[in-house]
Amino acid sequence: MSAVAGQGSRLGEVRSGSAWATFRRGLALSPEITQGLTVTLLLALVATAGRVVVPIAVQQTIDDGLNAPGGADLGYVRWMVGLAGVGVLVTVVAAYLMNRRIFKASEAGLATLRTKAFRHVHDLSVLTQDTERRGSLVSRVTSDVDTISQFVQWGGLILLVSVGQLIIATIVMAVYSWQLTLLVWVCFLPLFLALRTFQRMLSSAYMVVRERVGGMLGAISESVVGAQAVRAYAIEGRTQQRIDDAVESHRAAASRAQRLAATAFSTGEVVAGLVNAAIVVVGVLLGVAGDITLGRMVAFLFLVTLFVAPVQVGTEVLSEAQNAIAGWRRVLGILDTPADVADPAEHGVKLPRGPIDVRFECVSYAYPDGPTVLHEVDVAIARHTRVAVVGETGSGKTTFAKLLTRLMDPVRGRVLVDGTDLREVRFASLRERVVMVPQEGFLFDDTLAANLRYGKPEATDEELLLAVTELGLGDWLDSLAYGLETPVGQRGESLSAGERQLVALARAYLADPDLLVLDEATSAVDPATEVRLARALEGISRGRTSVTIAHRLSTAEAADEVFVFDRGRLVESGPHAELVEKGGVYAALHAAWVSQSR
Amino acid sequence: MRDERQATLREGIRILVRAMRDEPVILGIAVAGSAVYGFATVAAAEVIGRVTDRVVVPAFRDGETTTGALALAALAIIVTALVKAGGIVVRRYFAGLGQYRLNARYRRQVSRQYLRLPLSWHHQHSTGKLLSNANADVEASFWPIAPLPFALGVVVMLVFALISMFLADPWLALVGALVFPAILLLNFVYQRRLSPLATRAQALRAELSGVAHESFDGAMVVKALGREAAETARFAKVAGQLRDANAAVGRVRGAFDPMLEALPNLGVLAVLIIGSARVADGSLAAGSLVQVAYLLTVTAFPIRAIGFVLGELPRATVGWRRVQAVLDATGALPHGSERLAGGDGDGGPARLGLDDVGYSYVEGTPVLDGVHLDVEPGRTVAVVGSTGSGKSTLASLLVRLVDPGTGAILLDGTDLRRLAPGAVADVVSLVFQQPFIFEDTVRDNVALGLPVPDDDVWAALRLAQGDRFVHELDGGLDARIGERGATLSGGQRQRLALARALVRRPRLLVLDDATSAVDPEVERRILAGLRDAALPSTVVVVAYRRATIALADEVVYVEDGRVSARGTHTELLDRSPGYRDLITAYERDAVERAMAGADKENRP
Repeated sequence: MSAVAGQGSRLGEVRSGSAWATFRRGLALSPEITQGLTVTLLLALVATAGRVVVPIAVQQTIDDGLNAPGGADLGYVRWMVGLAGVGVLVTVVAAYLMNRRIFKASEAGLATLRTKAFRHVHDLSVLTQDTERRGSLVSRVTSDVDTISQFVQWGGLILLVSVGQLIIATIVMAVYSWQLTLLVWVCFLPLFLALRTFQRMLSSAYMVVRERVGGMLGAISESVVGAQAVRAYAIEGRTQQRIDDAVESHRAAASRAQRLAATAFSTGEVVAGLVNAAIVVVGVLLGVAGDITLGRMVAFLFLVTLFVAPVQVGTEVLSEAQNAIAGWRRVLGILDTPADVADPAEHGVKLPRGPIDVRFECVSYAYPDGPTVLHEVDVAIARHTRVAVVGETGSGKTTFAKLLTRLMDPVRGRVLVDGTDLREVRFASLRERVVMVPQEGFLFDDTLAANLRYGKPEATDEELLLAVTELGLGDWLDSLAYGLETPVGQRGESLSAGERQLVALARAYLADPDLLVLDEATSAVDPATEVRLARALEGISRGRTSVTIAHRLSTAEAADEVFVFDRGRLVESGPHAELVEKGGVYAALHAAWVSQSR
Repeated sequence: MRDERQATLREGIRILVRAMRDEPVILGIAVAGSAVYGFATVAAAEVIGRVTDRVVVPAFRDGETTTGALALAALAIIVTALVKAGGIVVRRYFAGLGQYRLNARYRRQVSRQYLRLPLSWHHQHSTGKLLSNANADVEASFWPIAPLPFALGVVVMLVFALISMFLADPWLALVGALVFPAILLLNFVYQRRLSPLATRAQALRAELSGVAHESFDGAMVVKALGREAAETARFAKVAGQLRDANAAVGRVRGAFDPMLEALPNLGVLAVLIIGSARVADGSLAAGSLVQVAYLLTVTAFPIRAIGFVLGELPRATVGWRRVQAVLDATGALPHGSERLAGGDGDGGPARLGLDDVGYSYVEGTPVLDGVHLDVEPGRTVAVVGSTGSGKSTLASLLVRLVDPGTGAILLDGTDLRRLAPGAVADVVSLVFQQPFIFEDTVRDNVALGLPVPDDDVWAALRLAQGDRFVHELDGGLDARIGERGATLSGGQRQRLALARALVRRPRLLVLDDATSAVDPEVERRILAGLRDAALPSTVVVVAYRRATIALADEVVYVEDGRVSARGTHTELLDRSPGYRDLITAYERDAVERAMAGADKENRP
C-alpha cells in the first residue's frame, strides 16, 4: 500500500452556514426534538410567568394591604398571598411537565442522531475513515452528542426560561412605571449586548482548551498504546516530559478561560447594584412627585433580580450553546461527508450465488490530490481461478485488492463481477459473495468463538470446530487452554499476530464467500502452518475464485495464475512456470525469494 | 443502600479534604473570596432594608427628600454590590485555578504510573479505560472543587442571613429558620435520588464510547464482512439505554428543580403574611419586611451550591476510585542498581544467557518451559518455531518487558533484574513485528530522544532500507507521521522501527519477525546490510525465512515451549524432523505440486 502521507481529514464540519442553519439541520435530523414543541412552549410560558408572582405579591401587600386607603387591610393580604401561593404551585407543576418533555424529546432525538452518525461512519470509505483519527470519529458519536444534550437540558432550558422571564418581568415593570422600566433597560441593555463580545472571547479561549485536550490525550495515549515501545527503548522520561508539557499547556489554557468567565460572571452583580441604586434615587424622586407608589417601587427591586441571573449565566449559556453548535456541526459533518463508496442499496443489483468472474477494464486509481498509484489495469479473472498477486511494496497490490472488493472505487475504468459494475451491486449481496481478509487480523474483545462467528452469526459450535479443523488448525485450537472460549483481549492482543491472522482467516472462511481475497493474510504465520493453510484453502476453494496478495512467492507457485505489479502497473500475468521462463520482473522476484527461502 | 451512600459521602468528603490539602493557598483564597461574597449578599439586603426605612418610606410619606440622603443610599447600594462582585471574581477564578491544577497534578501522577507499571499490568487493562482514567476520571474526581468554595461561602452567608433576620424580627427569622433547612433537606433528597441515576448514565456513556472505539478500530473487518447493520444495532442498543438513563436523570431534575425554586418563594409569601400583620400592629418597620423578603429572594439560588457539591460527590468518588486504583497499583518490575558497559559499541557485543526460563500467561499452560540458552558475544542466533510457540514471549523477555516466571535472563552474566532502570534499554534493542510509531517526525521516531546527528539517523535508515521512502516524504526527516503511523505501510513502519534500533548501536539486537511486512528483495538487502555493517551486536532474530535464518551462526528450534534442537541450519535440517518440516514447507510444497502437476500431465 502506498502512503497517504499529507492527507488531511476528509470529514466535513459544515463550517459554512450560520449557527442557525446548523440548528435547523440538526433538528431536521432529530425530528423527535421538535415533536409536541408547542405544548412544551405553552408549559414554559406558564412556568416563567410564575416568576413574577412574588414581586407582584410584594407590591400588592405594600400598596393594597399595608397602605390601603382605609388603613392596613390584613384580610386582603391573606387572600392575595394565598392566591399567589396557588400560582407558585401551578408554576411548579408546569415546570415539571416542561422539563420532562424537554428531556424526553431531546434524548430521543439525540439517540437517533448518534446512531445515524455511527452508521454513517461505517458507510464512509476506508480511505475517508483513514484520514481521520479513530478517537475523533468516536468523539463525534459520543462526547460531541453529549455536549448537545447537556446544552439542551441545562443551557437551553435556562435560555428558554430566561428569555421568558425577561419578557414577563418587563411587562410587569412597564405596568408599574414606564420611567423605571426604561431606566432598568438602559442599564442592562449594554450588558446584554456585551454578552456576545464576552462570549466570543470566551469561546476562542475554550477552543484553545479543546485543542489542548486533544494534544494531551494524544500524549497520554503514547504511554498506554505504546507501552511496549516505551519500555523496550526506556524512553519513559521523554514520554513523561511530553505528557507533562501537554498537561501543563492544557491547564494554562483552561485557567485563562476561567479568568474571562469569572470576570464576565460578576459584571451582572455590578450592573444590578447600579440599577438598584438608580431605582432608589429615581423611584424616590418619582414617588415624591406622586408618579409611583411605594409598593411598586419596592417591587422593582425584586423584579431586577430576575435580570441578574440571565446576565450571570448568559455567557456560560452562550458558550455552551456554541459548544453544542460546534458539536452538532461535527456530528452533522459526518452525515454530510458523502459516502464516497456508496451502497446502491435497493437500487442495486443482487448477484446470484455461485462462482465469480472478475474483469478490470482500464482501471486507474489515484488518492485524492495524490499521484496515480494504479495505472490502466486491464485484466480478467475467470471463475474458479486462483490468482496470486505479487510485487514490491508500493507496487499497487493492495490497491488492486481494495478495488476488487470495492473498498475503494476506481478513478477511471470499471471493475466488473459477473459482468456487473461493482458500483451497481448492493452491498448486502457484495459482502456476502466477496470477502477480503486484511493483513492485520483485527479481533473484537470477546471469545474466540464470538470472533469466528462474526461473519456468520448463526454458526453453531460444531460448524466453528469443523471450519477450524478443515483449515488444519485443530492442533492449534487444542493448544489453547480455553479452546473456543478463549478470550482474545482488546483487538485480539492476547493472541500473537500470527494467531490473530489464523482467526481472521477462519472467520472469513466461515462466512463462505464466492470470491475470497487475502491481502497478505498469513504474513505472520510460520511456513508449515502457512502451507497447511494454503492447501486447506485450495481444497476448499475449488469451485471458488480466490485472489491472494502474496507475500511469500510459494503462494504464487501454487496459483493458477500470477499477476505481477510494478510501480502501479500490471506488468506481467500468467502461470508461474511461464513467467519464470519469461525472465522478466517475476523471474527476478522469484529468484530472490528462492535464494532467501531455500 | 444507606451504608453505601454514607460511604460515598465520607469518601467524597475525603476527596475534598485531599484537594484542599493539595492546593491550600489557591483554594483558601477562593473560599475567602466566597465568604466575602456571602457576607456582601446579606449586607446588600440589609442596606435595602435600611434605605427603605430611612430614605424611601419617609420620602413617600412626606413627599420630599434630600439629595444627601439619596446619594448616601445610592453609594451604600453600589459599594455592597462592588464588594459582592469582587468576591465572586475571586471565588470563581481561584476555584477554577485550583480545579485545573488538581487535574494537571493527578494526570501527571496517573501517566507516571502508566510509564512505571509493568507491561503485564497494561495487558490487564484496556486502552480506552486507561485513557479515561487519565482524562475523564481525573476530571470527575475534582469536578466538585469548582463549586466547593461557593458552597463554603454560602455557609457563611446563611449564618449572617439568620443573624440579620433575627435582628430584623424574630418571627420573620422563624420563616428563614424553616425555609433554609427545608431547602437544604430537599437538596439532600434530590442528590440522593439523582446520584445513582447519574452514575448509571455515566457508566453507559463509557460503555457507548467503548463500543464505538472498538467498532471504528475494526472498521475494515466490519466492512469486509458486511456487518455494518449488526454493528449499528450493537451501538443503538447501548445508545438506547443511555437515552433512557438520561431521561431518568431528567425526570428527577425536572421534579426537584422547580420545587427548590418554589420553596424560597413560598417563604417570601409567608414573610408577607406574618410581616404585614407585624407592620400593621406597629411592631415592625416596613423596611425590615422588605429586607427579609429580599434576603430570601437573593439567597435562594446560592443555597443550592451546597447541592452542587453534594451532587457531584458520587461521580467524583467513582472517578477517584478508578484514579486511585491506578495510583495504588503495584508490581513494577523491581530494578537493581548495576549497569553494563554502555551501548554505542563501547562494550562490544553482549553475552546472552537464558537459564531454565519458564513463562506462562495462564496458570498451568506454560508457553516457555525450562529454556536454556547461551549466546556467545557477536553471534547471531535465529529462533525458529511454529506460530504460537512462544517466540515473541521469548523476545520480550530479552528486553525485560516481562520477567520470566522461573529462571533468569543473563546479560554478560548479570541477571536482568539486577540492572538499574534503563540499563537494559541502553544495551538491548527489540524490534517488534508490529511496531508502535509515535505521532511525531521521522527523525524523532528514529532517535526517540537520543541526541544523534542527522547523519547517524540517515545511516540507520539506509541500513534498514528506509532511506528511500523517507527521502520521498514531504520534509524528509522532518516529515510528521500521523497517528500510529497510519500514513505508512506495514513494511515502511517496520523499516522505521528497525532504524530506531540500529541507530542505538545496541550490544544485543532482538528482531521479532521484524521484517515480515517487507518484500523479500528489500529484506534481502536489509539482511545483507546487517551482515556487512559489522554491527557491534549479538543478534537474536525470530524468523521463518530461510535467508534470515541463513544469516544466523546458529539456529535454536523451539517446540512446545522448549528448545528442542540447536545447531547450524544444516545440522538441524539433518537432526530435527520438526525443524525440517517447518523450514522446508515451501520446498516440499513446491516439489509435491510439481509432482502432482506431472502426474496430471502424464495421465491420458
